[in-house]
This record gives sequence, C-alpha cells and structure tokens, in this order.
Amino acid sequence: MEPGLGSYLALSGILFSIGAVGVIYKRNAIGMFMCIELMLNAVNLSFVAFSRHYGDVTGQLFVFVVMSVAAAEAAVGLGIIITFFRNRLSVDVDDASILKN
Amino acid sequence: MVSVLFFILAGLAIACAVSCVYHKNPLYSAVSLIGVFISLACIYLTLAAPFIAIVQILVYAGAIMVLVVFVIMLLNLDEDKPLTRLRYLFPIGGVLGLVLLAQTLFIFYAVTKTPHTSSEQGNVVGQSMSIGRAMYTEYLLPVEIVGILLLMAIVGAMIMSRRMGEPNLEAVEGSREGGD
Repeated sequence: MEPGLGSYLALSGILFSIGAVGVIYKRNAIGMFMCIELMLNAVNLSFVAFSRHYGDVTGQLFVFVVMSVAAAEAAVGLGIIITFFRNRLSVDVDDASILKN
Repeated sequence: MVSVLFFILAGLAIACAVSCVYHKNPLYSAVSLIGVFISLACIYLTLAAPFIAIVQILVYAGAIMVLVVFVIMLLNLDEDKPLTRLRYLFPIGGVLGLVLLAQTLFIFYAVTKTPHTSSEQGNVVGQSMSIGRAMYTEYLLPVEIVGILLLMAIVGAMIMSRRMGEPNLEAVEGSREGGD
C-alpha cells in the first residue's frame, strides 16, 4: 500500500521546521545558507506530493523553478559570503555589525 | 512495500537534517545535507517523478553542494565558536520551531481534509516528456524568466566576488588601444 498525501506533507513540515530552527541556531553564514536550502527542499517535497496527488504537472514545474532560484541564490549568496570573509576574516553573522550604533 | 520504503527514507532524511543542524563543523553539516538531498531524491522516485529526482541529484547534490564544500574549503573554516551571549534565547528558538511545526502540520491536515479530484493520468505525469511539453508550451514565460534570472545571478556573483577598490584599468586601456 502507498503512503497517503498526509505522510509526505508531515515529512515536509518536519524538515521545514528543522531548517527554520537551524537558521535560528546557526551562527556562521554557510550553516544558515545550508539550512535555507533544507527549507527549500522541504517545500519542493510538498509540491511533488501535491503534483502526484492531483495528477497535475504544474507542481513539478514549480519545483523546477524553485531549484533554479536556489542555484541562483547559491551563486549570489556564496559570493556575498566570500566578500564578507575577505573584509572581516570570519563568516560569523555576529561580526556583520556595521549598521549597529 | 512503498510504505516501508517511504518510512525508511523519511527517517533517513529527518536524521540527516537533525545532524545538519546539530553539527558545529560546517563540513559535517554539508555531508549531512547531501544525505537529505539523496533521500529526498529517492522519495521523489517513489512519487513517480523521475525527472525531478534526477534534477535534484544533479543540481542540489551535484552543483550546489559542490559549491558550498568548495567555499568551506577555500575559506578554511573552523568550528563554530561557543555562544557567549544571548544563551537565554535558546529555549525561545526551540519553542518557536515547535510552534512553526504545529502550524505547518495543522495547515497540511486541513488541506488533506478538502475534497480532491483524483486523476486517472497519474502515471503519465512526471515523465520528462510531459514536463518538457508543459514547460515549452503553457509555461514558456516562466521558463524564460528563470533563464534571465540565472544570467543575472551569474553576472551578480562575478561582480560581487570581484576584488573591489583596485579596478583593472590596464586591461581596459589595452583593449581600447587595441580597438583604435
């Protein structure tokens, strides 16, 4: 027998919450970046599950778009991280405090 | 059979995700995240979406994680320093996560209660051909927008990670003289 839609959505919600807690807890920028990727993947899983459930291909196209945006985000985000490291010699987000005071 | 497979893969994905958040060393987190991606790709296969599964392996586990591991190696990151301040905010973060989980599960529970129109063409959806047909007929504009977005991301990443403050004027003048 096949697991229902609810099982996939529950897995998606659990992964999304783990990723959100990771974004809160992590302090180096690359760790936060990886947790954001985890959240995007959780959303992708729910898209594919809905696509299977309703027999519609639109959900899988959305997953394709999300993956492209994640790739663009990886390129730009890692560029930002490298620039930040070059200026501060650290990737700790607590060191990004120019706007403080 | 599929159910047993799903629960094994779901357990693997959740364990790898927790390990990704738990480990202080970014390299361990990256390897755990690759585990999450691969188990999610297997779940996509059980959901009859082979195209998405292959793209997941290629784009996420292949391209993005190689880029992340490359940056980790390039910057020679060490372990996260122990948290010195705001330690009292840790339980609040956990409670926020639990609230978010409850909200998500409630929304999904409400969604699964709605009447659904189950499809008869379920085994055609997910093949590369149906995705390609939809991509280049009905959803042509979003695909074009995604292409432009990727181009902008490439240019932006190159401009962003360029060394600022020392523009390479010689190359510009050299090309200008060459043109004249």
